[in-house]
Amino acid sequence: MLEPKSLLNYALVGSPNSGKTTLFNALTGMRAKTGNYPGVTVDRRVGSLEVDGHCVQITDLPGSYSLQAISEEEQVTSGYLRGELGDNNLDGIIFVADATSLSRSLPFLLSILNLNIPIILVCTMIDECKARGGDIDFFRLKAELGIPVVGVVGNKGLGITDLKQFFIDPHSWKTTSVPSFDSIEKRFEWADKIFNKVLRHPISESNLTRQIDRILLHPVLGLIVFLAFISIFFQSIFTWAAPAMDLFSEWVSQFANYCATALPPGFWTNLLCDGIIRGVGAVLVFVPQIAVLFTLIFFFEASGYMARAAFVIDRLMGWAGLEGRCFISLLSSYACAVPGIMATRSIPSPRDRLATILVAPFTTCSARLPVYAVLISAFIPDATLWGPFTLQGLTLMALYLLGGVSAIVFAAIFKHGLLRGASLPFFLELPPYRFPSFKTIVVQVVDRLKVFVKDAGSVILVGSIVLWLLLNFPHHEYNDTLTKTQNKQQQIEQSYAADLGHSLEPIFDPLGFDWKINIGIIGSFAARELMISTMAQVYAVEKDDDNFVGFAKVLSQEDENGVRPISFASAMSLLVFFVYALLCLSTVAVVKRETNSWRWPIFMLTYMFAVAWVASFITYRLALA
Amino acid sequence: MSSSQKTLADLPEVIVAKVLKVIGDGSASERLREMGFTPNTTVYFERQAPFGGPIIVSLRNYQLSLRPSEAKLVVIEGLSGA
Repeated sequence: MLEPKSLLNYALVGSPNSGKTTLFNALTGMRAKTGNYPGVTVDRRVGSLEVDGHCVQITDLPGSYSLQAISEEEQVTSGYLRGELGDNNLDGIIFVADATSLSRSLPFLLSILNLNIPIILVCTMIDECKARGGDIDFFRLKAELGIPVVGVVGNKGLGITDLKQFFIDPHSWKTTSVPSFDSIEKRFEWADKIFNKVLRHPISESNLTRQIDRILLHPVLGLIVFLAFISIFFQSIFTWAAPAMDLFSEWVSQFANYCATALPPGFWTNLLCDGIIRGVGAVLVFVPQIAVLFTLIFFFEASGYMARAAFVIDRLMGWAGLEGRCFISLLSSYACAVPGIMATRSIPSPRDRLATILVAPFTTCSARLPVYAVLISAFIPDATLWGPFTLQGLTLMALYLLGGVSAIVFAAIFKHGLLRGASLPFFLELPPYRFPSFKTIVVQVVDRLKVFVKDAGSVILVGSIVLWLLLNFPHHEYNDTLTKTQNKQQQIEQSYAADLGHSLEPIFDPLGFDWKINIGIIGSFAARELMISTMAQVYAVEKDDDNFVGFAKVLSQEDENGVRPISFASAMSLLVFFVYALLCLSTVAVVKRETNSWRWPIFMLTYMFAVAWVASFITYRLALA
Repeated sequence: MSSSQKTLADLPEVIVAKVLKVIGDGSASERLREMGFTPNTTVYFERQAPFGGPIIVSLRNYQLSLRPSEAKLVVIEGLSGA
């Protein structure tokens, strides 16, 4: 056990974009642990390092501009520093300030000095400050403030060794007595006086940033770049994440098959191979897209473009009662609602964040695509309308649009009703363009993946196993006189899921769904893509290695009476149902994780089901007419 | 507030301005002060997003984007016209 004296606790404080995270990683390496602050959804990041035999623990507090918190993240920072969050025996505060905008950070530093905790000031980006002609007299700054001042370049590791030496003895930091200011203006006046004394040469604006912004924020060119930015997001899923996801699924299913042959047959083998291993696979399949999306998000954020994108789209989002930063979550949700909802953390306003979470699953995620594709190719005629436009293509586009427009409309409804209230002032700092630190991005992405696998993964795994049990029990005795496909069909027809499908008939009958479709809906809840394989089993599609084409063919075949397995009206109704209903256990798990309660995921399931039911009912009646 | 008072929301009219005061004491006003809109601070207009979108100003060596609704809270005095 460590002696209490050798364990030192520090908190890292600074504004967003101050280079705080890069410094945290430079100090603690990849060994950060993520947890939660009590009662809020803000991640708590704690890292440790050893300096001359002393164990130093550093808590990376969320970026803040002031102790007068306006967002949940800022509340954590100010609450933690004031000792309101319990467990902190702070030995000292490491205050991080971007040297290029020191004039804005000094007043914040002064308000923290009033807390009477030893403080060290770390000025980051001193290389950039110098390059922009700035010259700050750090010795004088140290004398004026009466606390140690260290200049660092976080991503190059400059000054880190010097900084670490200070961690040994926080009592030597000395705290000057700073007057307690009765107004922000007075505090700024005081800070400005110090700043003018230490500034030997003013910092000119970043020429590079000015040049780039001339293009990226141009009313026309900026919009083109913005559209290119969106398409990179879309493309990344199909070109980078999708192959990895396929590979993961392939490995998982090979591993499950291997276990099935290697282990003695029976209930436990089945549970392990088809329930647990495939359940783990259902969690892992999200890893590539979360990794790809968050790499892009963090890259664009660290480079400075994300703030510009939010600026460009803010007006449009304003109509929905949201703000620019909500856009990136909704955009990510077009790939998958899971990373989209995880990305809402950059939205400072809790109401905007919640509204975004509540509507994110309406956007057409990639898992819906196979369902749409099967139903469209089976029911919509393959006719060319004009030029490259086919009826099938337009239907698909209409479904995408329906999802996106619905998301915006419902966001507006929530913001004007349920989540009404004084909106948080919109402030968006536009940091200078900077080359992102690769290491920082990797650390952040790994953090998100850990949170997802640990917190959402368990819910997904349990849910997958329960659904597997529903679909495979009570057990059907294998009948040698039937084919393998027919046996599978028999199994599913007598399963608990089928019982459930039958008992749901009163609810789904008005939408044109029979018990077979209901089973598909139950199956799709584990993962939307399971819809196809479950339905393929229900409809006894032969050649189960090619569910997709096989299923579409079965659906388009008419029996001797000219009746299809699913009617056209039912198919259209089912398409609309898939646009609106929250048929995704993983999304439910992530919403639970991000809102820290079961209240919101249950609300989402309910309201989205209600919307889906009404929309499908209308579609069904219209299609019958 | 007299109608002759200019605020940050009028900014495209003037390119460089001096902050006189921030109106009010709500959370938006407090935050504007914390972001450095204190008396005599020089503010430069950078640009505005189309269709009455947010504006970008620079002050104290950094750039900040705010919506017209918040910009209206900052009373300024023009130092140079467009």
